[in-house]
Amino acid sequence: MSEEIIVRRTALRIPYSWAAGAHATRFYREIADRRRIMGTRCPRCERVLVPARKSCSRCFQDTTEWVEVGPAGVVTSFTIVHYSEPRIQPMEPPFAVALIRLDGADTALIHLLGEVEPSEVRTGMRVEPVFADEPKGRILDIRYFKPVSVD
Amino acid sequence: MPKRVAIIGSGQTDHTSRRADVNIPELIKEAVDRALVDAELTIDDIDAVVIGNMEHFEGINLSDMWASEGSGAVMKPAMKIATGGTTGASVAACAYYHCASGLFDRVLAIGWEKLSESDTTTGIITAFDPIVERLTLAGAVGGLAIEANLYMTSYGITQEQVAKAAVMARKNAQRNPHAHLKLDLTVEQVLNSPMIAYPIHYLDMCPTSDGACAVIFASEDVARKSANPPAWVKAAVCRHNHPYIGDVDWRKSTLESAAIEAYRLAGITHPRRELDVIELYDPASFALLSWIESLHICGPGEGGKMIDTGAITMEGDIPVNPSGGVISTNPIGATALIRVAEAALQIQGKAGARQVEGVRTALATGFGGSYWSEVFILGRAS
Repeated sequence: MSEEIIVRRTALRIPYSWAAGAHATRFYREIADRRRIMGTRCPRCERVLVPARKSCSRCFQDTTEWVEVGPAGVVTSFTIVHYSEPRIQPMEPPFAVALIRLDGADTALIHLLGEVEPSEVRTGMRVEPVFADEPKGRILDIRYFKPVSVD
Repeated sequence: MPKRVAIIGSGQTDHTSRRADVNIPELIKEAVDRALVDAELTIDDIDAVVIGNMEHFEGINLSDMWASEGSGAVMKPAMKIATGGTTGASVAACAYYHCASGLFDRVLAIGWEKLSESDTTTGIITAFDPIVERLTLAGAVGGLAIEANLYMTSYGITQEQVAKAAVMARKNAQRNPHAHLKLDLTVEQVLNSPMIAYPIHYLDMCPTSDGACAVIFASEDVARKSANPPAWVKAAVCRHNHPYIGDVDWRKSTLESAAIEAYRLAGITHPRRELDVIELYDPASFALLSWIESLHICGPGEGGKMIDTGAITMEGDIPVNPSGGVISTNPIGATALIRVAEAALQIQGKAGARQVEGVRTALATGFGGSYWSEVFILGRAS
């Protein structure tokens, strides 16, 4: 075919509004108002799930108890993101994203690492949260986790 | 009890980065026409159609409606399945369920994607929970990179071993006329390609492709009269996972759980000895080493040895991805169905230059969503 193919170009802008629900709302309020990170406990497997949530996906049971966790924890795995996707990335690459198991939690929290050279990040590193000055009710009200300073 | 079911034909487009010469229904019809020719059937012989692609990717909802020009679904029962990366395997499972139920004799399974026309990143972002993970994790690579790092750190798997698997896959793809990336690579080239998300390099990762795949499933009586040798479905098992990456228990993978159940259904007790070939859904090259451990082809941490000794190459005792796999070809909604189609071709002895000799039992997998899995086992004997 020698003729140029017709290509139609367009873009959709679709506004959405997602309700976090009462449990997530309390989770973010605890961070904003008291700088506490909370989990909820499953009555069957007794695991503490973080972020706090209404039910346990393993046991299909509603959680019954609120538990404060951390705020420090340990990096269980991580990646250093090098590619650039400015529409969604929370930091300028390269930056570290880590699975962090907070003290007292049985699940990990996926979050960013800061105040550390990406090349210095290690599995097993202990980290603690740095909270945002002006919380907005979202996971980035914890700006990032930084290595726990050894005194 | 489920009825016996076999795959009696398949067709694929020649997957590539951009097919501007055809629109989406026309692309789908190419694969469907090839599958019908392969099975020596016409569209009139098809009782039902199952079709799937990624939600949001091409910005089209109800793609099953206007794709009917290519799917042949007009005046037939038809449904769309969308389960992320596993879509193609879910389409295959659904077609299998149709026939196994005894309600349908010949069911057409279709997977397709035109990633050149989509905003893949936007599509994948919409798969992440908007409250919990979208701000910190969204995107195709991050979660895989975290899993790859965990695997490599736990067992001392080296970047060189992972790169060797990437080289092997692209070498295999050179024998597959349908493959997208038929690259002649060295380990050094993989290691020197840009780091996307540590430890995954650019050449470790799957491409974005335009392509479609169609597979025809048939009930036992129809399959026995088929023009093609039937590839019997011995097992089709699906396992979903917890919703968030932080919840995933890495010691209990969905792939391992699905494989254990599939082996039980197929009566397989020594997977490495009893399987002849594997078509693994490998979104990145580390999966070629890590996920064969989940399939019990080797012990935990032995994936690196499997590439060092050549066991998983075309010359090895358990070739993995003669087709080149996902890191060579990735029209996402079709990708997992291609694994099933390739496994069927190996059983049928119709895999051409990528044929493994004497295949009697083949395994195919699908991967998607929050680390969920599908496992198919196909056999030459019913």
